[in-house]
Amino acid sequence: MKHVIHARRLGYSYGDLPVLKDLSFSVQQGDFFIIIGPNGSGKTTLLKCIAGISRPRAGSLEILGVPLQSYSRKSLARSIALVPQTAPADFPFTVTEVVLMGRSPHLGILGVEHEKDLNIARRAMDFTGITSLAHRKLDQLSGGERQRVMIARAICQEPEIILLDEPTASLDLAHQVRIMDLMEKLRDEKRVTILMVSHDINLAALYANSLMLIKGGRMVSIGRPAEVLTFQTLEMAYGCPLLVDKSPLGDFQRVTLVPRKFINPDINRTTRTT
Amino acid sequence: MSKSPVSGGPESAPATLERPVLLKRLFTVSMLLILFMTATVFFGISIGSTGSGVAETLRTLFDGKGTDDAMHYTIIWRVRFPRVLLAILVGATLSLGGLVFQALLRNPLAEPYILGVSSGSGIGAIIGILAGFSRFPGVSATAFAGSMGTLFLLFVMSSGQTMLKKDTLLLSGVMVNSFCAALIMFLLSITQDSRLHNIMFWLMGDLSTADLYQVGILAIALVPCFVLLLTLSNTMNLLLMGRELAESMGLNIKAATITLLVVTSFMVSFTVSYCGPVGFVGLVMPHVLRLAFGPDHRVLVPACIFGGGTYMVLCDLLARTLPDQGEMPAGVITAIIGVPLFIILLKRSGR
Repeated sequence: MKHVIHARRLGYSYGDLPVLKDLSFSVQQGDFFIIIGPNGSGKTTLLKCIAGISRPRAGSLEILGVPLQSYSRKSLARSIALVPQTAPADFPFTVTEVVLMGRSPHLGILGVEHEKDLNIARRAMDFTGITSLAHRKLDQLSGGERQRVMIARAICQEPEIILLDEPTASLDLAHQVRIMDLMEKLRDEKRVTILMVSHDINLAALYANSLMLIKGGRMVSIGRPAEVLTFQTLEMAYGCPLLVDKSPLGDFQRVTLVPRKFINPDINRTTRTT
Repeated sequence: MSKSPVSGGPESAPATLERPVLLKRLFTVSMLLILFMTATVFFGISIGSTGSGVAETLRTLFDGKGTDDAMHYTIIWRVRFPRVLLAILVGATLSLGGLVFQALLRNPLAEPYILGVSSGSGIGAIIGILAGFSRFPGVSATAFAGSMGTLFLLFVMSSGQTMLKKDTLLLSGVMVNSFCAALIMFLLSITQDSRLHNIMFWLMGDLSTADLYQVGILAIALVPCFVLLLTLSNTMNLLLMGRELAESMGLNIKAATITLLVVTSFMVSFTVSYCGPVGFVGLVMPHVLRLAFGPDHRVLVPACIFGGGTYMVLCDLLARTLPDQGEMPAGVITAIIGVPLFIILLKRSGR
């Protein structure tokens, strides 16, 4: 197995405030790797470190076997693409213009695209199902459509790894599944490694082949979803009562929140499946 | 590494994506605007207090010095032509200045005059004039120092996250402008000789002092900046996507920001030292051109050069011909057009 991301004792702090502490993990090629954890656990900071936007204060980070700091901005952008939580819509670019921006790390100094770049953009838009939106303005689209535009733009960078920061956070149910399916298809068909930060543990359990749970910048657990998603681990990390059982869809963990009115001292905690 | 992570070959590509290839579009837009500019230049050198109209100008232009109308010939080539060229350079520079600041700050209301950068170079220029420096390089250098000073002040006042908030930024600009206005008044109040009149007229944005030599120097300084900005036009596109996305698409934000700021304030301060702080051109032209040609900077940069030049020639033409006798500074016209647009834009962006 080939490591595409390898972090050793990674540390980061905002001023005096430590955000990431001693994180060591690796991501294999073709992984659907999801990072979960409570708010403020450092998930987004970790993503920014891997994207080369924030510089780690301690430890080392290797991307495709090469130390992160020996990449130039442009060459890193040819290996890693980032899909942020929300797409900016300040200036009225069309969908095509935004998707084509993903070609930037491959263009020369004048930033002029050629027919080859247009073809790559066409295929990326076809892949994400936004071809019919090609001439629409970004600010006229729904959140889900805009997210697919940002994914098509990331695909245009032709990266080995795509990083996503809670891509489904503000989407309705249909779009959540659609985005996740899309990322799975990208991973399956082209072996692009997917690294995602997510709030939604249930969705993560259905798609990830590898999960990492972090809290307070430290790793709590890492492994297959069945190994990470136990109620002991989750209750410890999130600090609220949870129920973990199997999804009716098959051998996937299902996490249910337990409101206070259901908490009865008579219930023996050991009856919950782990 | 260069594999394509998407399905299908080129043959499976749908035919619905028919974006005009960039170069073609660039060519069309530039040609259109150059045509406009040429026509405007021709009007600019034809209309004035002497000579009667276009036909006579044509005759004078093509018959040359040999005609009896030597006086008209001199006026056209020695007075009006340099003035029109100066207007083109100033208009192009200020439009580009607006465009760059709008991209850097992701705020369509940003502009060198509104942000106070023009007033800053104004103070520098006045200090240079009062110290008795020659216009080039002395006054230009003090103007550049002034504009960098105000930029620094602006960034300190609206540093960090608030940088992107339009209220903070505009308020900072207002403060910088008031401060500069007070300093200018102070400098004027301690000036008593004949330089006062020159400074007053210059302060209102005046193109009437142009001669070919000065315009030549200005062109030598500005044209390389225009070329540099052309190569940075895709960078400006990426900047509009926000810091993180721009970096993730391979842009070195720090280097890009510093280059853009220094080049722009150099250009703006250079023109300000020649013709005073002409306001709102950098607001009006990028806005109009963005409406006409879309937000892609690879088209907008050349469009601002030619379109901004045209606009300034027209404004100066109005400034020369509207008053019954004499003329008024071109800055008056640009403000009369620009301020209402600023208010409309501010109102719309508030929603």
